[in-house]
Amino acid sequence: MSIRRGMHPTNPRHSYTPKSPRGLEDAGLTKADVDGYFCAGDAPGGVMAMTDYLGLKVRHFDSTDTGGCSYLVHLGHAAEAIAAGKCSVALITLAGKPRTGTPPPRATGAELDFEAAYGATTHNIYGMCAMRHMHEYGTTSEQLAWIKVAASHHAQYNPHAMLRDVVTVEDVINSPMISDPLHRMDCCVVTDGGGALIVTTESIARSLKKPLVRMIGHGEAIKGPRGGKDIDLTYSAGLWSGPRAFEEAGVTPKDMKYASIYDSFTITVLMQLEDLGFCKKGEGGKFVADGNLISGVGKLPFNTDGGGLCNNHPVNRGGMTKIIEAVRQLRGEAHPKVQVPNCDLAIAHGTGGLLGVRHAASTCILERV
Amino acid sequence: MDSTVKYPKPQGNPETNHFWEQAGKGKLLIKRCTACGEPHYFPRALCPFCFSDKTVWEESSGEGEIYTFSLMRKSAEGPYAIGYVTLKEGPSLLTNFVDCDMTKLKIGQKVKVVFKPTGGAPLPFFTPIE
Repeated sequence: MSIRRGMHPTNPRHSYTPKSPRGLEDAGLTKADVDGYFCAGDAPGGVMAMTDYLGLKVRHFDSTDTGGCSYLVHLGHAAEAIAAGKCSVALITLAGKPRTGTPPPRATGAELDFEAAYGATTHNIYGMCAMRHMHEYGTTSEQLAWIKVAASHHAQYNPHAMLRDVVTVEDVINSPMISDPLHRMDCCVVTDGGGALIVTTESIARSLKKPLVRMIGHGEAIKGPRGGKDIDLTYSAGLWSGPRAFEEAGVTPKDMKYASIYDSFTITVLMQLEDLGFCKKGEGGKFVADGNLISGVGKLPFNTDGGGLCNNHPVNRGGMTKIIEAVRQLRGEAHPKVQVPNCDLAIAHGTGGLLGVRHAASTCILERV
Repeated sequence: MDSTVKYPKPQGNPETNHFWEQAGKGKLLIKRCTACGEPHYFPRALCPFCFSDKTVWEESSGEGEIYTFSLMRKSAEGPYAIGYVTLKEGPSLLTNFVDCDMTKLKIGQKVKVVFKPTGGAPLPFFTPIE
């Protein structure tokens, strides 16, 4: 039996300041209604400084930082807090300017002396995952390129997208190699930006004038090298967060009409689709090929805003925009050219940290009410 | 990375100082838990598998094979190859491949440890032996 939590992500509008006034306005609420606040490593000064800066008076807060998927984690945690009566209107924020300013620093732990010198960047760490996936399953650069192609088909309709040109498989594999086997067009964009969400109780949500979206399942997990035992870089923590979310929601991957999948790199999408059960492990290449992720063309429309690969990647953290586009689809507010007809069930999923070293994953299953 | 690259000096701490002292003698150490028998890397006081504090130092053969790698071509310091090596003893570790033609690296290739200087203790890197 599925667990139906009484909460709604009701506000998925972009907010380009950390104050998120458009978020509250969109939800039909005011700052005084906010009694829960969630932010991550991008928030200047952390949760205390941000709460004070925004002039919030909250009785519940959470500054869990798991990189780009932090906001997908926050959505799950906000639902738990609301279900437990710890707060009734939760605000989740993201904002930053890595393109024109500097990105927030990456936290380090006991591994520092043993890893930092080797020059791990996102590009080469995700490149290592792609290299091994190709080695074990015969995945090709052409198959990975289809993910970028699909994102570009969607981005052409988004006037805010950084890259709006439709690209071909040949364009991707002929773009410069950055870190083998990932080409420049296998990588996401670097952009300034932000976003905000309001999560609230069912009764408050029903009193507002927006189409309702309910989260019906959530799962989260962390994966790391774990002392170097049985290394396997062909799967992510999504292998564990996904089934937890689907089980709680009482639905399966086949039921999803739309998917927001974190796309820091093309390989990120491919591995997560496999881990979430949209196809078998190793068959992601076949699954994404031939436009299967293009809205109106393939079986699984994904990232219809153009995603991180073409639209934006605020603060190098794509989890917030994954939720926003999923909510737009469920509200029927996506661009008409990419809106999925009768979109009543969607998944928003992401990983944060470094996929080939230590990272977290969070999976949220959302339904139209 | 080439020899002009300046590697950061390991900071060390009571949990890892012995590792860095032995690295200075050209030895690559791993830890093994005497309670559950599992080896691990990087070294911890507590076994990450069974939580026992009965972990002991063990010298690795320094030999293993490439699990995966990626050649970073767009770096201000020049190209470098990052990757994981799976040691003969079992644990895999993150490293760079050095003193070789980085464009010829292959998954499964046999490699051995080489130490490179820093301002402090030397750091373990790997180089192909075939």
